[in-house]
Amino acid sequence: MTESVVRPTPASPTPPGGHLLEVRDLHVEFRTGEGVAKVINGVSYHLDPGETLAVLGESGSGKSVTAQAIMGILDTPPAVIRSGQIRYRGRDLLTLPEEQRRQVRGKEIAIIFQDALSALNPVFPVGWQIGETLRHRDGMSRADARRRTVELMDLVRIPGAAGRLGDHPHQFSGGMRQRVMIAMALALNPKVLIADEPTTALDVTVQAQIMDLLADLRRDLDMAMILITHDLGVVAGVADRIAVMYAGRIVEHADVRALYRAPAHPYTKGLLASIPRLDVRGRELSTIRGLPPNLMRIPTGCPFHPRCPYARQVCVDVVPDDLVLADGRTSACHFAQEVHDDRAR
Amino acid sequence: MTAPASPAKVRGETILAVDDLVKHFPITRGVLLQRQVGAVRAVDGVSFALHRGETLGIVGESGCGKSTLARLLMRLETPTSGRATLEGRDLLSASGGELRRLRRNMQMVMQDPYTSLNPRMTVGDIIGEPFDIHPDAAPKGSKRGRVQELLDVVGLNPEHVNRYPHQFSGGQRQRIGIARALALRPEVIVCDEPVSALDVSIQAQVINLLEQLQDEFGLSYVFIAHDLSVVRHISDRVAVMYLGRIVEIGTEEEIYERATHPYTQALLSAVPVPDPDARDDAGIIRLTGDVPSPADPPSGCHFRTRCWKAEDICAREDPPTVPRPADPHPSACHFAALRDPPGGV
Amino acid sequence: MSDFETVAATEDQAARRGVSGEPGTPDRVGVPQRPRSLAGDAWRDLRHKPVFWISLVLVVLVAAMAAVPSLFTANDPRDCLLSRQHAAASGGAVFGYDFQGCDTYARAVYGARASLLVGALSALLTGAVALVVGMVAGYFGRWVDAVLSRVIDIVLGIPLLLAAIVLLKRVSTSSDTVRLFAVIFVLAVLGWTTAARVVRSSVITAKEQDYVAAARMLGAGNGRIMWRHILPNALAPAIVVLTIALGSFIAAEATLSFLGIGLKAPTISWGIEIDAGRVHMRESATPLVVPSAFLALTVLAFIMLGDAIRDAFDPKLR
Repeated sequence: MTESVVRPTPASPTPPGGHLLEVRDLHVEFRTGEGVAKVINGVSYHLDPGETLAVLGESGSGKSVTAQAIMGILDTPPAVIRSGQIRYRGRDLLTLPEEQRRQVRGKEIAIIFQDALSALNPVFPVGWQIGETLRHRDGMSRADARRRTVELMDLVRIPGAAGRLGDHPHQFSGGMRQRVMIAMALALNPKVLIADEPTTALDVTVQAQIMDLLADLRRDLDMAMILITHDLGVVAGVADRIAVMYAGRIVEHADVRALYRAPAHPYTKGLLASIPRLDVRGRELSTIRGLPPNLMRIPTGCPFHPRCPYARQVCVDVVPDDLVLADGRTSACHFAQEVHDDRAR
Repeated sequence: MTAPASPAKVRGETILAVDDLVKHFPITRGVLLQRQVGAVRAVDGVSFALHRGETLGIVGESGCGKSTLARLLMRLETPTSGRATLEGRDLLSASGGELRRLRRNMQMVMQDPYTSLNPRMTVGDIIGEPFDIHPDAAPKGSKRGRVQELLDVVGLNPEHVNRYPHQFSGGQRQRIGIARALALRPEVIVCDEPVSALDVSIQAQVINLLEQLQDEFGLSYVFIAHDLSVVRHISDRVAVMYLGRIVEIGTEEEIYERATHPYTQALLSAVPVPDPDARDDAGIIRLTGDVPSPADPPSGCHFRTRCWKAEDICAREDPPTVPRPADPHPSACHFAALRDPPGGV
Repeated sequence: MSDFETVAATEDQAARRGVSGEPGTPDRVGVPQRPRSLAGDAWRDLRHKPVFWISLVLVVLVAAMAAVPSLFTANDPRDCLLSRQHAAASGGAVFGYDFQGCDTYARAVYGARASLLVGALSALLTGAVALVVGMVAGYFGRWVDAVLSRVIDIVLGIPLLLAAIVLLKRVSTSSDTVRLFAVIFVLAVLGWTTAARVVRSSVITAKEQDYVAAARMLGAGNGRIMWRHILPNALAPAIVVLTIALGSFIAAEATLSFLGIGLKAPTISWGIEIDAGRVHMRESATPLVVPSAFLALTVLAFIMLGDAIRDAFDPKLR
């Protein structure tokens, strides 16, 4: 717990030609019979070639909805994109016609989900499912598609790939199914891979294998990756930057090491303090009191204020802006600097 | 709630003893005339002792048999063979009134807070049901008072007795489940993955609650989980399961600092540390392959197919879970040894 | 992270056990704070569905017609004068008169009672049989289930109309009431299987739920588990199937009466009216069309109602 090192910062200037992928001030609502839930309330983040951005949050924080908006797979209704932009290589995906949008999906940006079993069709062999994408989207011949499928399965380290083309999803273990899904996502050589809770359903030892695989693939295939997770442990290993989400907002956005050393938002701080750690012993777990807010009735001011130990009157009255700290990180807290420096105590 | 344990009940004496417990689920073919074609060896000879007032953690990956073990102890499944005693009374052969009396002494907190509460019963009915089943547990007319007391004990608003489960969040539902388990004032509570379905910030609240209730009521816990960090946090002793067997058992420190079984070592090394500075990627033991099917486990040592130390003897001889020269706690490995550097995780 | 603990320490002491006792804490993401049950949710859902309201109004109308037919027509359906044969509409007889010179509209109104009685009682009887069989088969499983499921399969394999013809041919009595109950009995005996299957499968689903295991761990017996935990969770789908079945039983009664083996004159029922109207269809179609329309609308109303209720009670659709 020494002082933070200044590293490439989240607020780094826009490179010439713009960011690879950029989400700008996105607002998404879910309109249901019970009311309007404000799921995403002004989310902005960006991704540059070759980097890994982790989006961290608990259920209901909006981390997956943002990814679905990027992919264009939000169910509308009930979801409504109120405002914002999602720019990929300078083009706003939200204003593209569906036909062009489809060209981006899979070919430029691909996604893998938590639950590989339900993402794969149980009645078709996996080789056929991977090959289908190639034949339909790339117009490959059957023989070429087959060759490429084996290549992809080798790439994701499925042992004996050629012999397993005819196997059905249920004949694979959880970890292997996840690999099949990764292979499908990679089929069209995407530049951005979104991994939505890729290891949550897996055992620890398998989790490690899959995270290694993802990190290696990202490097070898020169992709950029958005890793969506609730697991602070998984993030620490692979991410360059972290965006922490709470109640549909990014509350803290920082370089991964800086964030773990000295969080500058009380929510991040509380989250880090509340997980039991294997390497730190005999400590009563501190908790974040209360519950995440009802998204139909988000508290006034800072949405975290009812649960926050630092909260003062201003937090109840005023929505905090994203403060930029000395090391370039941003924190949506009126007392970001105080929270950040508090670690010295 | 009054004083938990009478003076005669000595802390540290064995309260639950399990000896060579086996559960094989038959694999059958045919509809009317079923014939057995094999067996899934879910629990394959498990022995341990739970001491009064302690927490015994049971860790293992999915399919290792830890949940079946819980169901066997709770008599939801009938064991194939083996013995288990609760305070010296035979747990497995009890039936009728004797079983009902035993159940008052041992309860379970289940994993899924969404399916473990009947959606058509109010919270008051759910927590009050134990008193309906055991009318002698609450004097006539005191049921409502007892239910409200229990709600208070687990940190819920006693006024909420008339609400339905779906009006509560996951963490609150888990508290309802805990209140139900506490109602009959059991001495042993089996917790089957009690926090794995909850968000990180809510997990800590429930873990703290469980620890606090243990102190207050002198409870003994069998704490089953796949999250090694959580288990270390809450447990006094820990058993590691692999393919239906306990491969290593010892105090929390013996398992986490001086593990001698290769599987335990691999498992511990794979846990992602939520701190980029404290990570030791070189120290991670990468296990290859998947867990073999419990319907067809390897001969000899079940772990040998994924073990880097395996030799011929491992296929021939089943290593007993006994103290090993490397460290005096029981470990089921022919080549049990501390990791190099010693204790390094 | 020592800092956060110190800051949070006092908070922790205050709310050591947690959370929800605090006033003002939202109870759940996305839900208003008032007691709600599954039925409440279903009602909120149904309220906004026109299909539900239309079918409900129709069902209520038909039920009222069956209970107090004189509310709907001042004419006596048995007041028939051959001199009025196929006469045009006049004085309350809005659809004119049939071959026998009876008021077509009045006869259709009075026919509701027998038709609805057959439908409702068959559905009730069916429901009782289906609940018992489905519950026992689903809950006890193993050989009990194997035997009962085969029985269901066999009964399901019997063609309803064919078997009804064979059975009802043997009822030679001329008593109206006995005939009515014979029809009800035959329809129930042959028609309980679909509902029983539905009950069985929802019992099997409910039986596997953790809350059933929790009750068992508390020491609850089979009776308590079936009554308190499984039945309430298996009932909704059964009710829906029965609403739909009710419609088809009314149609079946009409078919049987049409074939001349169900109810018989002087009982008035839609089936009988349709049969009579058919004979003289060429001279005047109205005596055929009116009861047919009543029948079709009623059956449709019950089926739509059942459908709407099923959707509302299905949490997966919400």
